[in-house]
Amino acid sequence: MLRLFVPQTNVLAALLAGAPERLVRLGSIDALIVILYFAMVIGIGFYLKRYATTGEDFFLAGRDMSAWIAGLSFVAANLGALELMGWASAAYQYGILATHWYWVGAIPAMLFLAIVMMPFYYISKTHSVPGYLKLRYGEGARGLSAITFAAMTVLMSGINMYSMALVMKVVLGWDIHFSIWVSSLTVAVYVFLGGLLSAIFNEVLQFVLIWLGALLIPILGLMEAGGWNGMVQRISSNLTGDYTHLWRTLGSFQDNPMGIHWTGIVLGLGWVISFGYWTTDFLVVQRVLSARNLHAARMAPIIGAGFKMMVPFIVILPGLLGIALLPEKLVGESVAAATGGHSYNEVLPLMLARYCGPGLLGLGITALIAGFMSGMAGNVSAFATVWTYDIYGAFFRKGASDSHYVSVGRWCTLIGVLISIGTAYLVMQFLSIMDYVQALFSFFIAPLFGTVLLGMLWKRATPAGGFWGLLAGTLSSVGMWLWVKLDPPALGIIALSSNAKDMAENMYRALWSWIICVLVTVLVSLATRPKPQSQLAGLVYGCTEIPSERELKLTQRPIFWAGVVCAVFLLLNVIFW
Amino acid sequence: MVSIWFLIGLLLTAYGVLIAAAGIYQVLVPPAQPPVLAGLHAGIWWGLLILAIGLFYCWHFQPRKTK
Repeated sequence: MLRLFVPQTNVLAALLAGAPERLVRLGSIDALIVILYFAMVIGIGFYLKRYATTGEDFFLAGRDMSAWIAGLSFVAANLGALELMGWASAAYQYGILATHWYWVGAIPAMLFLAIVMMPFYYISKTHSVPGYLKLRYGEGARGLSAITFAAMTVLMSGINMYSMALVMKVVLGWDIHFSIWVSSLTVAVYVFLGGLLSAIFNEVLQFVLIWLGALLIPILGLMEAGGWNGMVQRISSNLTGDYTHLWRTLGSFQDNPMGIHWTGIVLGLGWVISFGYWTTDFLVVQRVLSARNLHAARMAPIIGAGFKMMVPFIVILPGLLGIALLPEKLVGESVAAATGGHSYNEVLPLMLARYCGPGLLGLGITALIAGFMSGMAGNVSAFATVWTYDIYGAFFRKGASDSHYVSVGRWCTLIGVLISIGTAYLVMQFLSIMDYVQALFSFFIAPLFGTVLLGMLWKRATPAGGFWGLLAGTLSSVGMWLWVKLDPPALGIIALSSNAKDMAENMYRALWSWIICVLVTVLVSLATRPKPQSQLAGLVYGCTEIPSERELKLTQRPIFWAGVVCAVFLLLNVIFW
Repeated sequence: MVSIWFLIGLLLTAYGVLIAAAGIYQVLVPPAQPPVLAGLHAGIWWGLLILAIGLFYCWHFQPRKTK
């Protein structure tokens, strides 16, 4: 295993050798702010250890979280490296199109989770998404889903670590290995001690810090650029092409910097990838399962959706402001390493260094670290739950005591962190963090969404149908990815155009794998014996009694707030059309 | 259990004091290489805003008030 990392370390050394000098030097105030943050998150872990004694406490935070806590945690777990550095980088490369990942690529799915899917997750009392598959389809689908999820989770965690280490290298000149080990071991300590409860508490704290630390960049950036119109004018003078409209350029693959068609955005991203991620990825669903009752569990994703709509302000806007205001043109990772310039991935720290003096800089750096740690903690706590219940408890040691599983969960946290540290170095091979993550999503998440959706909404879906559909969808996705890697002209078939770029390819590959999963599930189900309806109670639409909310006032009903969020979502898309 | 909002309030209060103090110090002793828009003194008003939020959270979610 160590041998595997030797070439990665060489790549790392080359990158560091080509890296520019550090952007800033932290003063004593900044260092104090960062140290206070680390002390607080570890202190929270020690404080909450006494409340994490049972499996329900450790893996599901005692199922006692309010809608607000669960909702903020739901969004914060997703505010990792992907969101902060990755999407600021994507905004610099692709312009405002990156916002689709926050709006059409998130909001409808989050509302769908709240209104349609949450009752089945919650009423079935499952502890995980693979756990739901076990109840609905049996051990085969659960095992396949759990193993793929565990693999994806540690890879995601590695992305988080790599991104954080990049920030520390570029901004502070810190040793990349030091950054990875300090942050990851901190996460390991507080999740080890307090489990999901500790992860959720810290995620809410991190969410607040991320906003307070990152919000100044767009505010000051817009002031410098002369407002939104001033920024658009500067971008137009710096670049050719439309970087500031969401939908106007999506009629053709060639008209936009992402090389994507609106069908890819709507069907690939807005339907398959988005719904797959937000409704079946246990990393985020676990946060909602911790809610204290069904009403809170339905409100949590709606609250999360409201905040999610605002995140582009602190992530996408800095990327756009980077195009407008930064004096040098940012380049890809490999070019940056060769020339000593700055890469796309550094746009957010560059903007931070541009505006923040002592104190604010410490807060900004803390916000970045918090973002990375919340993403990492989300991955690690979800990994520990799925490994303990759905792999270890299902295939290695069934029927052990609750305290034994808690102990296994704690040690899984440490092991998960160590595996993630290893994967962090593998991420260095990829030129764009975003494309890598999207590829992973389409491998596992898109087919899983097909399996869960049919399981919840179609009584006729059978255990064999669920298993073979999920397997066929996953294998077909990996197969399409390999096909394009080995035979690049195949891109024209997978993504419907040879002009499509990586992002577009991922969207369409996700769509095809979802369709294959659904088709195989339906065909196999029709050919096999369904479960009796008595075994589907609490799991499937039509067999489950969902508590009525008619006695609640209009403003207390989830459907009302889902409508409000939906209206704002539509309005934003029209404004930035 | 102490409310998470109280813990957030504690941290924000400390951060607000530190950031506002650093902002005031920069006015008194301007740095050799000031950031862009340094004349707006963002550190002072942002630090005071964080301090106000922190104090409000500490007061509103203090352990004796919450069950």
